[in-house]
Amino acid sequence: MSLLLSKVNVYGEAAKDILVNGGEIVEIKSPGAISKADKVLDCTNKVLLPGLVDLHTHLRQPGREDAETILSGARAATRGGYTAVHAMANTDPVADSAGVVEQVFGLGEDTQLVSVYPVGAVTVELAGKQLAELKAMADSKAQVRIFSDDGKCVEDSVIMRRALEYVKAFDGVIAQHAQEGRLTLNAQMNESALSSTLGLTGWPNVAEEAIVARDILLCELVNSRLHICHASTRGTVELLKRAKEKKINVTAEVTPHHLLLDEEYVKGYDPVFKVNPPLRHLDDVISLRNALAEGIIDVVATDHAPHPKEDKETEWAAAAFGMLGLENALSVVSTVMVHGQNFSWRDVARVMSEKPAEIGRKPEHGQKISEGARANLCLVDPEVEFIVNAGTSVSLSRNNPYQGMKFKGKPVATIFKGNLTYQEGGN
Amino acid sequence: MKTHLALESPDISRAIVRIAHEILENNKGSENLLILGIPSGGVPLANRIAKKISEIENRDVKCGVLDITLYRDDVRLRPARTPQETQIPNNKVDAMIVVLVDDVLFSGRTIRAALDALTALGRPKKVQLAVLIDRGHRELPIRPDYVGKNLPTSQEQSINVKLSEIDGIDEVEVTS
Amino acid sequence: MKHLYSINNLSKSEAISILDTAKSMAEVGGKAVKKLPTLLGRTVVNLFFEDSTRTRISFEAAAKRLSADVITFSAKGSSVSKGENLKDTAQTLEAIGADAVVIRHWASGAAETLAQSNWINAKVINAGDGTHEHPTQALLDAFTLRESLAPNQKDLSGLKIGIVGDILHSRVARSNVLLLNLLNAQCVLIAPPTLLPIGIENWNCQYSYDLDSQLAELDAVMMLRVQQERMNAAFFPSTREYSRDFGLNSTRLSQMKPQSLVLHPGPMNRGMEITAEVADSNQSVIRSQVTNGVSVRMSVLYHLLSGDAA
Repeated sequence: MSLLLSKVNVYGEAAKDILVNGGEIVEIKSPGAISKADKVLDCTNKVLLPGLVDLHTHLRQPGREDAETILSGARAATRGGYTAVHAMANTDPVADSAGVVEQVFGLGEDTQLVSVYPVGAVTVELAGKQLAELKAMADSKAQVRIFSDDGKCVEDSVIMRRALEYVKAFDGVIAQHAQEGRLTLNAQMNESALSSTLGLTGWPNVAEEAIVARDILLCELVNSRLHICHASTRGTVELLKRAKEKKINVTAEVTPHHLLLDEEYVKGYDPVFKVNPPLRHLDDVISLRNALAEGIIDVVATDHAPHPKEDKETEWAAAAFGMLGLENALSVVSTVMVHGQNFSWRDVARVMSEKPAEIGRKPEHGQKISEGARANLCLVDPEVEFIVNAGTSVSLSRNNPYQGMKFKGKPVATIFKGNLTYQEGGN
Repeated sequence: MKTHLALESPDISRAIVRIAHEILENNKGSENLLILGIPSGGVPLANRIAKKISEIENRDVKCGVLDITLYRDDVRLRPARTPQETQIPNNKVDAMIVVLVDDVLFSGRTIRAALDALTALGRPKKVQLAVLIDRGHRELPIRPDYVGKNLPTSQEQSINVKLSEIDGIDEVEVTS
Repeated sequence: MKHLYSINNLSKSEAISILDTAKSMAEVGGKAVKKLPTLLGRTVVNLFFEDSTRTRISFEAAAKRLSADVITFSAKGSSVSKGENLKDTAQTLEAIGADAVVIRHWASGAAETLAQSNWINAKVINAGDGTHEHPTQALLDAFTLRESLAPNQKDLSGLKIGIVGDILHSRVARSNVLLLNLLNAQCVLIAPPTLLPIGIENWNCQYSYDLDSQLAELDAVMMLRVQQERMNAAFFPSTREYSRDFGLNSTRLSQMKPQSLVLHPGPMNRGMEITAEVADSNQSVIRSQVTNGVSVRMSVLYHLLSGDAA
């Protein structure tokens, strides 16, 4: 079945007609030049991007199917314009063996909605003691390239060093959740004047930066690949900048919520704003935006972390850490970076599709929009303004921090392997 | 809104003098008499009555304040008010003849609260009630012993008693 | 005033009204009938997720003196085991028909969470939430200070109060800083740097690492309890060193103004932050604080439960 995207602004630039067939882009012509197609989408004033790729998604399956399943998470991904997600390893059982990652990969394939690439655990049971069988996961059907104990930090310097060294054999990357444990014992929010006032145990920026600094040095030492998950502080930005100047092979992601929300949202103790790493000071938020614009931070990754109602409808200290992200990530980036800062749609394509696919070594995604490219695409209405209604989410969870907020720009259709997996107003 | 003067300063003074005499006559003198004003309007009136009785009798008549805020039956219906200090000379109400004094008698609920407040303090021999204005519309079986003036009103009208100790002028207005 | 989960819920005039009313409440102790009918037929629930016998009996006495029915709900749980779910508990209390809930909780913000939730309609009074606030303690401290040091004033202007000890973890200190500010008193927090909160420069008060340098200036000093679990968590080298620098003893007391007062929210570690001699001295108002606690809590209950059906 052929699909014509008519008069679409490719990367937000000149309008073209694009014909998709057999999972590929077969023709790109001037508007009106292509007339024959089984289905035509009028894309006037819409922006076409390569399908988005998320490096950091918690799909919760296996283990917490009450919070999210691979299928429900995949649906949420299509709504957000994603064609690939990387499923984090902190499931139950942990994705620390070829068996579990193949199961997750297989369930992902079954959805036919997105590519689900499992992230493998760095250590057995995420316990930080013993390396998981990284090579077996890399060689499995899932072809794991990203390894992370996300949710937990690989604190042991020797284990971290060995992991970085070991993954060089198969071009892997260690994605570090940078959190020094002793400095964040019982920590509940960003450490600041506000945490003092609210009586919540603080989480100092240095708890992240100390690990980032160490890992950059280790990465340099062993000449491997390091990725920093959810960078959240201005100090981390400085460290990344220096590392990049020294050509150390380190990449970093920032989440949509750390680009938009600051610690002030914690006032009132609504646990929907409880997240790890915590919402930081506005100075950090601004520094992260600038770092993304300057390329110091490479990608936007959602850290989509679904939690059932009962884990959030509690006292702050008893609530789970985490926020939803897949469905609203692009709108946050559009609002904050494109409309709020000097950020182009090509930049969006870079940080939300091309670069993530490159870090994850998944060349079938994040391809340049050109004839012969895989038809993994995301169609965006760049100007539409809307108010977030968490109730309409297709995720199984409702811990959406953006409820009631006004955004500008959102995905209106998603194409995966040439098929429409989401169309606004459609089914 | 229409306002008219029901009582002027001399009317109020005459009423006080009359009530003082009636209290003495009724109780056969000022022995064991305790005049208690209910805040806020009742307090200056009680002072004036006590002063008048003292003049007539040529002896000091005991006079105090009985706050009823925490004994009201409409706590749920009105915002919290700061109670005034209850002042009882020698802390003694037992065996006294207590005359409660208020500015306006209306539903009777204030007086019911005052009776409870008084009971919490001890056991008077007798309790009587003096009011400057009785405007009717009783909701409880309470009647005054001494009345300055009966002023039949409708429920919608409001009565504003101004006393020089509080308002700088003595007069009673009726607004309808 | 809809709830009292923070001193920030109060305006200055409301705070003063609570103190003024507390004075009337105190009078009831001297009457033939030591009880007021004010809250007859109302239900006050003491909801305690954390043990505190003192605070619980103080609220219990306060509610009973106002003729309210008192139900105590001890829902123990720690930050380790979640224990009783707050929402379920709240809905249970709603079903029972609670008019006011006095909540003590190990989690900062729990009282505000309960007050702002739609789980319950009752008025919420914070009886201590984690390391956040303990507003009725601050009100009873202010009442005690005003009675003794400023009986002819409405507020506490002209007074300088020192708060000494584990400010970092103290809900009493947080509420007191807010209330002392509201009532125009000066406040100085005194502790080793490890026990002062981050960002204290932005609090509306002074701070010092040196108790001795402050003593001569103070009209009153509030000594805070040092929790057992802090003693081994590297906040200070040893209890002996802490006590030497921040403990209140007779020598230090003698350096204060002759009329100055010593307060302590209790329970005390005698010999640690305060010597027995000082605790039992004439300048100590620690026992008055307990008595005043009942009057102040009566006043708070009265204020919250007035006009709720208007």
